[in-house]
Amino acid sequence: MNDMTSIDSPSVAKSGLLNLSRRGFIGASLGTLVLGVSVSGGRKAFAQATAPALAAGTNVNAYIEIRPDSSVLFRSAFIEGGQGIFTAMAQIVGEELDVDPARFVVECAPPGPDYLLIGNVRFTGGSMSVRMSYDRMRKLGASGRMMVMQAAAARLNVPLAELTTEPGRVIHAASSRSLTYGELAAEAASLPLPADAPLRAKADFRWIGKPVARLDMHDKSTGKTQYAIDLKVDGMLHAAVQHARHLGAEPLSIANEAQVRTMPGVHSVHTLPGAVAVVADSWWRARRAAESLQVEWSVPAAGTKNMMPADFSSEEHMAKLKAMSGDGIAAETVGDVAKAMAGAKTVVQATYDAPHLAHAQLEPPSALARFNSDGTLDLWLPNQAPEMFQAAAAKIAGIDAAKVNIHSPVLGGFFGRHFLYDSANPFPQAILLSKAVGRPVKLIWSREEEFLRDALRPMSAVHFRGGLDESGMPVALSAVSMGEGPAGRWFGRKPDTVDSTTVEGIAEKHYAIANRRVGQIHVDDPAIIGFWRSVGHSMNDFFYETFFDEMADAGKQDPYELRHRLLADNARLRTLLEAVADLSGGWKRGPFVAEDGTRRARGVAMASPFGSEVATIAEVSMNGSDLVVHDIWVAIDPGSVINPAIVEAQVNSAVAIGLSTALMEEVVYEHGVPRARNYDGYPILPPDRMPKVHVRIIESGAPLGGIGEPGVPGVPPAVVNALAVLTGKRVRSLPLSRTDLSGTI
Amino acid sequence: MELTVNGARHQVEIEPDTPLLWVLRDTLGMTGTKYGCGLAQCGACTVLIDGQTIRSCVTPVESVVGSNIVTIEAIADDAEGRKVVEAWVDHQVPQCGYCQSGQVMAATALLKQSPSPSEAEIAGAMINLCRCGTYNAIASAVRQAAKA
Repeated sequence: MNDMTSIDSPSVAKSGLLNLSRRGFIGASLGTLVLGVSVSGGRKAFAQATAPALAAGTNVNAYIEIRPDSSVLFRSAFIEGGQGIFTAMAQIVGEELDVDPARFVVECAPPGPDYLLIGNVRFTGGSMSVRMSYDRMRKLGASGRMMVMQAAAARLNVPLAELTTEPGRVIHAASSRSLTYGELAAEAASLPLPADAPLRAKADFRWIGKPVARLDMHDKSTGKTQYAIDLKVDGMLHAAVQHARHLGAEPLSIANEAQVRTMPGVHSVHTLPGAVAVVADSWWRARRAAESLQVEWSVPAAGTKNMMPADFSSEEHMAKLKAMSGDGIAAETVGDVAKAMAGAKTVVQATYDAPHLAHAQLEPPSALARFNSDGTLDLWLPNQAPEMFQAAAAKIAGIDAAKVNIHSPVLGGFFGRHFLYDSANPFPQAILLSKAVGRPVKLIWSREEEFLRDALRPMSAVHFRGGLDESGMPVALSAVSMGEGPAGRWFGRKPDTVDSTTVEGIAEKHYAIANRRVGQIHVDDPAIIGFWRSVGHSMNDFFYETFFDEMADAGKQDPYELRHRLLADNARLRTLLEAVADLSGGWKRGPFVAEDGTRRARGVAMASPFGSEVATIAEVSMNGSDLVVHDIWVAIDPGSVINPAIVEAQVNSAVAIGLSTALMEEVVYEHGVPRARNYDGYPILPPDRMPKVHVRIIESGAPLGGIGEPGVPGVPPAVVNALAVLTGKRVRSLPLSRTDLSGTI
Repeated sequence: MELTVNGARHQVEIEPDTPLLWVLRDTLGMTGTKYGCGLAQCGACTVLIDGQTIRSCVTPVESVVGSNIVTIEAIADDAEGRKVVEAWVDHQVPQCGYCQSGQVMAATALLKQSPSPSEAEIAGAMINLCRCGTYNAIASAVRQAAKA
């Protein structure tokens, strides 16, 4: 059991460490998110802490525990879910602490003010972990090194200035003596935090910026890594649930409860808000029994919170979005679009759309709850925001947040799945069940229950108009986005402002189009919506960058050359665009005949997500009515790089999920329920459709950008633009599986 | 019922149609084999039965009585398994890692049956889903393991 010891640092973080107004650094969506978060769960946890002491991210003992063998137990503010953050933290802290990252054991820190590194809160998301913490984690490591050296100076009775370090060891060259970090750990930990520990010069970096091996590879290749779903505590029972098909319905009665109670291994049957549950001695027995329950469900009254209308249909909702007219609330206005459009030689119009998506992470959600005799509650659960889950769990358990111990095992994929969403997290049910049976309970949602209750990427449609002058150059662009964003849903939306997650990727593009306006029309999304890898960018960059090619075609411009021209004043993006062209062997749009005789074409797209810049080229052909994506080239500029091998892995991963959305993913509701309840009905990219991926990293020196998400948004538009060249068919609706491509070539 | 898992015999008292996956995870406490879909769609639950891959989430436990069941927990005891794990680490294959027990078992079975697999054989055997999209790294690692 990875039972975490409590940390001796009940300090309150000083806020103001982060300038939230630096939109370019944080990214437009995060301004909203951070401000929103601080008024919900986070602030409550914050207010309950006592004894102001050290600013968040500075308390060495909260993060670093040097063990007798000089290895380091590091408590990361951020959770590992495949993005490599535990390794990146070891590199950054190890560089300054002077400990080889390979000697680090990293786990996710428990709730506490020391870990609130994003404004006054903490979450792992928005591709922010490294860029929000890099400077402070370096200083933290340097402070730790100074404390070890001060302990050595006292022990050896020599001046501090005569000491140096090498990895894991303090050296006193003058007397040829040395001490290991492990030997000094206890004394070092008792010292006050040094005021200003020197940082290592960048030129001397040994691990930051290098392709350091990830720390979790062996355990993950041998089944040793424990996810939340794998955990077990003494006396634990297993639970499974059957949810109401329509969210908002409640269980009225169970016809066969008595029979189900007699099924093998069944401990008890329960009704819960919106669900029924069985607790048993194994999960399979609990599941079989839960699915056997014959439940009469209520019909939710109109206005019931979060209710899913019994007649909800994805198709009808999309038709409603696309039928919206008007300019909406302005998210961006530059120049005079109306005037420029009126004077344009050619006006291009198109409407684009994209569906709901499921996270479809491989690890089904679970939660393990245990009430302890001292009145505390231990909760092990997949989560991206420990303090927010702590506050929510406390409310459900009816105890103080300080009595809720949140344990955050590594995640079997997340992509935004494990934020706090009404009705989409199993932990409230686990708490209620554990309370009811008086024993620890581990609840797992079956894959079918997960597809029923996931928080979805919102559905959206956008009306575009582009005005071109006599020479075919875009002079006006109007975009109106219809739908709802997750930031507004969960952190509060003001009626007269635009949730930036609905327009990110459309607003604030870098192309020099003199007149442009981006508007947004809010339409409630009837589903529970959530953050999904690259959030609004996951569809908005498809909309914009594909419409861009439509404008290029209408103006008889090559889409690569047009992008290049419209970025004449942006050296960073021009360099990036040229880099991706170079990586692909020079820009060629096609169609052309490849060496294997297939007819192919290429498409290009650019995106500016999460503080990074990305340019993507895709090469495609048709095999009968199936689109084949052969190669994806990605040039990415995150400013600077902590671990180029992780960047390359994340870009591969982003390409896979981005292509998956382009080709095949959509959640379809009919009569208020999702049609697919497993991967057979919601296919995700299989291995035989994975293209070759080529990555070039550009370090422009701009402020650090994100890595986990930025590779995603460029993939769908690059692919769809290539398809248009090859077939002459403009697809404006994802996924491509909705469009019959037979006979297009 | 008597099961032979990783060379050790276990007596289990359970409904005979219980999927092997849940006997491994809940009855025997071997959680390296993962539950992903329960429908033989994703392959996270892949184990070896007499050297062949099966999807344990849809395999009734009674059907493997008398067979030699090998799970990821015993991967280091297997010559091909060791090569596969080494290649997985060399190529830094896993991301979230949740599907990788099943991927490693699938690769191990492939190398047992075809020590020098063709590209088509690799593609035919490595069909498990990975939401992190580690497919290219998986293919590279299998090629390396085959050469080792």
